[in-house]
Amino acid sequence: MAEQEKKKRTATVREEKEKEEEAPAASAQGEKLKAELDDLLDEIDEVLEENAEEFVRNYVQKGGE
Amino acid sequence: MAIAKVCGIETEYGIHHVGGDGNPVSSSSLLVNAYVSDLARVGWDFEDESPGNDARGFAREGAMPPEIETHLVNAVLTNGARYYVDHAHPEFSSPECIDALEALRFDKAGEEVLRRSMTAVNRLLPEGQRIVIYKNNSDGKGNSYGTHENYLMDRAVPFTRITQQITPHFATRQVFCGAGKVGTETPAARGRGITYQLSQRAEFFEEEIGLETTLKRPIVNTRDEPHADPQRYRRLHVIVGDANLAEVATFLKVGTTALVLALIEDEAFGTVDLTLANPVQAIRAVSYDPTLATTVDLAGGRTITAVEIQWELLGLARKYADDHGLDCVGGETVGREVLRRWEEVLHGLELDPAEVAGQVDWAAKLQLLEAYRERHGLDWDDHRLAAVDLQYHDLRPERSLFARLDTEQLVTPEEVRTAVTEPPRTTRAYFRGQCLKRWASSVASANWDSIVFDLGTDPLRRVPMMDPLRGTADHVEELLAGSASPSDLLARLSG
Repeated sequence: MAEQEKKKRTATVREEKEKEEEAPAASAQGEKLKAELDDLLDEIDEVLEENAEEFVRNYVQKGGE
Repeated sequence: MAIAKVCGIETEYGIHHVGGDGNPVSSSSLLVNAYVSDLARVGWDFEDESPGNDARGFAREGAMPPEIETHLVNAVLTNGARYYVDHAHPEFSSPECIDALEALRFDKAGEEVLRRSMTAVNRLLPEGQRIVIYKNNSDGKGNSYGTHENYLMDRAVPFTRITQQITPHFATRQVFCGAGKVGTETPAARGRGITYQLSQRAEFFEEEIGLETTLKRPIVNTRDEPHADPQRYRRLHVIVGDANLAEVATFLKVGTTALVLALIEDEAFGTVDLTLANPVQAIRAVSYDPTLATTVDLAGGRTITAVEIQWELLGLARKYADDHGLDCVGGETVGREVLRRWEEVLHGLELDPAEVAGQVDWAAKLQLLEAYRERHGLDWDDHRLAAVDLQYHDLRPERSLFARLDTEQLVTPEEVRTAVTEPPRTTRAYFRGQCLKRWASSVASANWDSIVFDLGTDPLRRVPMMDPLRGTADHVEELLAGSASPSDLLARLSG
């Protein structure tokens, strides 16, 4: 049991260290996506099917496979 | 050493015929017809279809090929793919590919074929009508249609071992290859207050193992129809996945699964046992929780999250790569890329799913929904959110919400365009596709494991292709180039 706990802690420390190294690039990408998201939301209001309720209701499929 | 994990993806697309007669079979036929009528059309050959055969060793009585309505459109394309009407959906079955990157390329080529089909059919339809195609897996009303993967396995591997060891992967890989869905649509999930889930398909799975695909869907499907030499090969037919739009998601779905199957084939799990106590409960519980905190029980008594299971599988796969090499998943370059991205996406998921919005569909869609919800102050049951969900999968460039996201691309538009008409060079799909390109008018029919020539005077001549790894460009490019006609080719083949 104690052995297992220790293993788990070691793994966590190792992972966190790797995370720190990777974090900056990943966050930068996240920020970029966020900014683009704002523009995108404007666009969605324009392209989203006009009557959402009807659009969703009318989309009926037969099961497949 | 595991055999090459030849693979492919079959996608049933959602179809909506605005102003149509409400018959999706005829709408799907119109769509596929509009595309293939411009091309030299070669019919599909049902000779060797046997979807009723069960990998556990028995055949279901009275089982018929699913496409018994042979009047429906059914064509083989020059890229080696099959494009047809399956039940009430247009389906694109990719050619056999050698690795995850190639499978991705042909999956994207499938989208392009469907887009071109939409353009072609909408030119023909009367005013006020149009056909719209969605790459998703459910209509939000309890009807689901499939995206299936196929992997070549060594027949010698006991099916019970495959089932036991692949199930934990199938239940948890949705953390990076779930396509995301607003709400729930099955009785089992109702009343749990679930607003968003990782997978389109997970809640439809009711059994651990079985032959069915349309009801009581099993996590491991036992259809035993190798489309190859049945003494040597098995084709693992995987019905548990979602249709992905994000390229990294498709790449990882196929890449990680091929790797785990290689581990199983080479008995590389060692003492690691990730057997789930209740796989059906687990696949649903994981899907229902986009915070990824949910734990599942292993049969051995441990409690573990889906991401932790994926870390364990990645660890095994890394060791496997060092011990055995990565030839069976398409070589070191693609194999190492799968391992690298697998790790990257798991790290991202642990930090914050928004970190992998450029790679993972459910995370991209969730980020979009959250932002849209916030801007308009919407509750999760607002129709506009369901509309955003649906329109994420719309294949029309002018309407697709996915296309508006800056997700990471692994294949170029040029590579995709090429894959619309050119077969892979790495499998028997090369021979099939090239024969169609050169001599379509002399090809009477084709299917996965044979091609039938009609030379006019002689009886029809069937060329068997029982090995997915033979008929590659390496094998037959010269032979084809040196053959002046189909009869010349056949003479050389039999000579």
